[in-house]
This record gives sequence, C-alpha cells and structure tokens, in this order.
Amino acid sequence: MGQLLPYLINGVSVGGQYALIAIGYTLVYGILRLINFAHGDVFMVAGLVMVYATSAMPMYLALPLVLVITVLLGFTIERVAYKPLRTAPRMSVMISAIGVSYLIQNLAFYFTGGIPQPVTTPIPWISENISLLGASTKRVTLVTPVLTILLVLVLVYLINHTRMGMAMRAAAKDFETAQLMGIKINSVISMTFVIGSFLAAVGSMLYFTNYPSVGITSGGMPGLKAFVAAVFGGIGSIPGAVVGAFIIGLCEEVIKGLGYTTFSDAFTFALLIVVLCVKPTGLFGEKVTDKV
Amino acid sequence: MKKQNQNLVFLAVLLVVILGASIAVDAALPSYHIAIKVIKKATVYALVAVSMNLLNGFTGLFSLGQAGFMLLGAFSYGVLTIPVDKRAGVYQYFDGGAIKFSLPEVFAGFLGDSLGSVVGMLAALLVGGLLAALMAWLIGLPVLRLKSDYLAIATLGFAEILRAFFQWNALGPITNGSNLLKSYPDFAHATSYIILAGALVALILLLINSTYGRAFKAIRDDEVAAEAMGINLAKHKRMAFIISSFFAGVGGGMLAMYNGTIAAASFKSTMTYEILLIVVIGGIGSISGSIIASFLYIFSSEWLLRGLDSGVFLGIEAPGVFKNGFRMAVFSVIIMVIVLFFRKGLMGDKELPDLLRLRSRRKEAPSK
Repeated sequence: MGQLLPYLINGVSVGGQYALIAIGYTLVYGILRLINFAHGDVFMVAGLVMVYATSAMPMYLALPLVLVITVLLGFTIERVAYKPLRTAPRMSVMISAIGVSYLIQNLAFYFTGGIPQPVTTPIPWISENISLLGASTKRVTLVTPVLTILLVLVLVYLINHTRMGMAMRAAAKDFETAQLMGIKINSVISMTFVIGSFLAAVGSMLYFTNYPSVGITSGGMPGLKAFVAAVFGGIGSIPGAVVGAFIIGLCEEVIKGLGYTTFSDAFTFALLIVVLCVKPTGLFGEKVTDKV
Repeated sequence: MKKQNQNLVFLAVLLVVILGASIAVDAALPSYHIAIKVIKKATVYALVAVSMNLLNGFTGLFSLGQAGFMLLGAFSYGVLTIPVDKRAGVYQYFDGGAIKFSLPEVFAGFLGDSLGSVVGMLAALLVGGLLAALMAWLIGLPVLRLKSDYLAIATLGFAEILRAFFQWNALGPITNGSNLLKSYPDFAHATSYIILAGALVALILLLINSTYGRAFKAIRDDEVAAEAMGINLAKHKRMAFIISSFFAGVGGGMLAMYNGTIAAASFKSTMTYEILLIVVIGGIGSISGSIIASFLYIFSSEWLLRGLDSGVFLGIEAPGVFKNGFRMAVFSVIIMVIVLFFRKGLMGDKELPDLLRLRSRRKEAPSK
C-alpha cells in the first residue's frame, strides 16, 4: 500500500487533467453528436504554446495568451472544418475531424521540426516539489483536482443558470427544435467549442507541468483517454465525464504502480469496450433512442 | 451483356498495360531505385485502402482498426519467415526466440529453393491474413453491435490494445517485444507486388459484385430497409469485417516486406488515419478511386514533393520554408480541402469503366 501511494496521488491528479479534456468531448458530443478527434491535438497545441510563451515573456502575460490562442484555435476549427458540414452525413464530419487532427499534427511537426519541445520555464509555484504523506511530488498534483472541481462547479452553474446554458441544454436535447425556437444554434455550438478549448488549455498547462517536454503526438493519448472517460461517465453528462476521468486516471496509475506500464493504455480501451457492450449509456448518460 | 463485355475488355487491356509497364520498369531499373520503391509501397497501400473501402465505403461500417490488423499480418509474416540461422541475431534478447523454423525454408525442403521460398512467403502472408480474420471475428462479436462513432472508437481501441500486447516483453520470444524484427525475405521485383495485390483486389471486386456485395451496399444505404428485405444484418456485417481484416492482414505482411523491418510502435492510429484519408481522396465506395489515390499519394509524398522537405522545390531554393515536415503540412491542407469541398473525392462512387462509358455515351448522343 505504501508503495502504491505515490501512484494513487498521481492518479487523482492525472484524472483531474483528463476530466478537463473530457468535458470538451462531452459538451461537443452532446450537441453535435461528433467525436471531436482534433480535441486532443488542441490540447497538444496549448502545451506547445505554453512552452514557447513562458520562455519568451513573463508568466502573467504568457498564461492568458495560452488560453486565448487555444480558445481561438478551437473556435476556428469549428467554423472552418465542422460548420460547412452541418447537413452532411455524420461520417463526413468525423472524417473532417480526423483530417483536422492530421493537419494540426503535421503543422506542429513543421513548426517544431519534429523535436519534442522541452518545458524550460515551468509555471512557478505549482511546479515546486513538496512531500505529501511521505511521497515526494509536485504541487500541481494537489492543485489539479481542486482546480478541476472548482472549474466544473462554475461550468455546471453556467449551464444550469444562464441563458446561454439553457440554450446549450436545449440544443443538446433536440437540435432542430432548438433551432425552430429561435436559438442561434451556431453561436451555441461556438460557445461549446470555446468552453471545451478553454478547459483543455487549463488541463494542458497542468498536465505538461508534470512532464519534461511536449511532443507533437503528446495530445493523442490523453485525448483518446479523456474521450473514453466521457463515454464511461455517460457521454453528454458533465459530472459523468469528471467521475469517469478520475476513475480512469486512478486505475491507470495503479496499473503502472503494479508494474504493467505497457498495459496502462490498453486497459483504458478495454474498459471502453466493456462499457460500450454492457452499458452503452455509461454511468450517468441518458438513454437515447435512434430515430428511423 | 454488351456492357459486361466492354468492361471485361477494358479490364484485360488495363491489366496487360500495367503488367507490361511494371515488367519493363523492373528490367530497366535496379531494385533500389525510387520508382520501384514507390510502386511497391503504393501497391501495398492500394490493397489496404481497398480493404478499408470494402468496410467503410461499401458496408458503411466506420471502422478504424486497420492498423491493428496490419500489425497482426506484419508480425506473422516476419515471425514465420526469418531464416533459422539469423534468428539468434534478431532475437538476441530472447535466446533466439521460441519459433525454430522458417516457412520459406520448410517449403524449400521439398519444392526446391526458388519455388519453395516463394510458396513459403505466400503461406506466411496467408497465415497473417487468417490470423487477422480470426481476430476480427473475435473483436466483431462485441463490437459490431455498436453504431457509427462508437464502432470507430472501439475498433481504434482494439488496435491500440493489440499494439500494447505486441510490445509486451513476456511475449518477446515470439514478437521480440519492443525490438525490431528484420532479416526476413522480400520480393525483389515490383511486378510480384503488383500481381499479388492485383489478384487480391480482383477477389474483393468479385465479392463486391456478388450477391454478398449487393447485401453490403444495401446495409450501407439503409439498415432497416435491408433487414426488411431479408438480409441478415449481423451475419453480413461480420462477414464484411472479417474479409476486410483478412486483406488488411495480408496488406500488413506486404508492408512489412517492403519496409524491411517491423516495429509494433509504427502501427499507430496515425497509420489508420492515413489510409482512411487515401480512401476519402479516392472516393468512398470506389475501388479504382482507392487504387488511384494510393498511387497519387505515395508517388507525390515519396517522390514528387520530396523537395518540399529538403530545401529546393521547382527550382526555388528556400531552406527556411522548405524544411522537414513542410511536405506533410501541404498534404494535410490539400486533404482538408478535399474533405470540405470535394466530398466525393476523385471518383465518387464510380469506377473507371463507368467514367469511360459516360464519355462514349456523350460522344454518341449528337450523332443520333
């Protein structure tokens, strides 16, 4: 148990970071019924921007800049790659998402020269080492779960108590009826991408504080895992995504702690398949019936 | 009847031209020449793209597990064909590995050296395909019940799980863990690749034009209507999945042959995406489209646009812009343009003979 403790602490932290990404997936899926394959790459770009910005300018300018650029990226992706395909079959939109992911990775490769960019100036305070119950870790591992839960509470408040939140809920319930009721569907969708990208940027800053470098494929795995977390919790449900992400983060780190690092990724996908076969609606998802 | 004859004549002429060209290229150029490499790689990609098209384009099952099945094919080919005396070197961390025979040598024992090794290599490819098909059957049991994007993500997940298993050290005596497999035989000539892949694509073509193929298309167009017409959905989906995976497995074996080394790490989801995008460029639901797109894609990425990566392109020297990675960046922009604005790709769901017939009909029309 004592040996597993650092892994458990780490698991909670990784889970928090997955949760922040997973919300982006779950919000977009809830409204557009689209797996935004590019979301993991948006996460990666946020990491890269952070590396460049923090080494070029003071922290109080760099961090807001990361948020702004990531949000703009998410917004642009939706406007350019998904909006023109609103009436197209779902497969076309999904292919477009895969295309965007491919494009972002290749552009990132071009700009970085394919070399993982080292995190030279990590965010101060949260990257300091502390000791917790006898285990040494960075302060970010403690900050992440707290910050995640705070952000989720704010988000849930926004969704339940503001006009925009109400519009989002309506759009998720029935896209076409919401449109008929005068909801500006395009701005609602843009808003979900803005929120998703914002949270991914926060997640990315926390995630890469714990890692020595950001590579062009660093986004793929956390992205897919966060998606699994969203499915596990019940896609479309925000609390579900958070709970799912924490469970997956914990399990993964425990598997690493037991010495099966090769299988920590495989486990996540195995979990996905089991969930899809046993309870496709996930832990908190609503039952959706397919219309003929 | 006349239409069919036209098609047959057209196909026969095309085959003869392609075969003639590839034999000429083989005779004229040394086997390390870039043209040969391009033809080999493009043929392999064409086969894999067609296999993916069979599933995604003709049956409407959006699966992203291709890289996993290719991995199975590649590993079976490598494991079964490395010559016995080279095994100690390849499996240096695993005591020469657990498998102590090599199919080409086994067959060479009673068929003679040259014929035997070819038969052995083909047998190894076949084993790879069959293993992939078996795995597809297993995976298909739970996964094929899922719809569109869930199916995509579940198959993607299975490919990742497979990759993790092949990198596992405990399986090292067979898979060599995360080390490379190498020193296995390859066909020297591009013609052998073309004949082999061509024969397999022809099989897929026959399948698509059979009653099964029609059932696949019916499922793609409308599942409910297809079921009402008496098509057994589960059976036909399973069949399409297994057959597509079989060909992906053989394609993976051929890719291993072409590459000369096998590492599980290279069979990532990016590989599946690449093949999917080739299918999209060629047109979802067009066999000839997939083949043409593979050749265009490989030809431009391996040869034509090389300059984009190495400083000089079309005589313009700009090392600052044309540096490593620019080629793929340009490529992905082109792909996005196709995905967004030319959603039908090169061929839509038409085949080459269809296009020719359209043209001849247009010519005939004024004379009537």
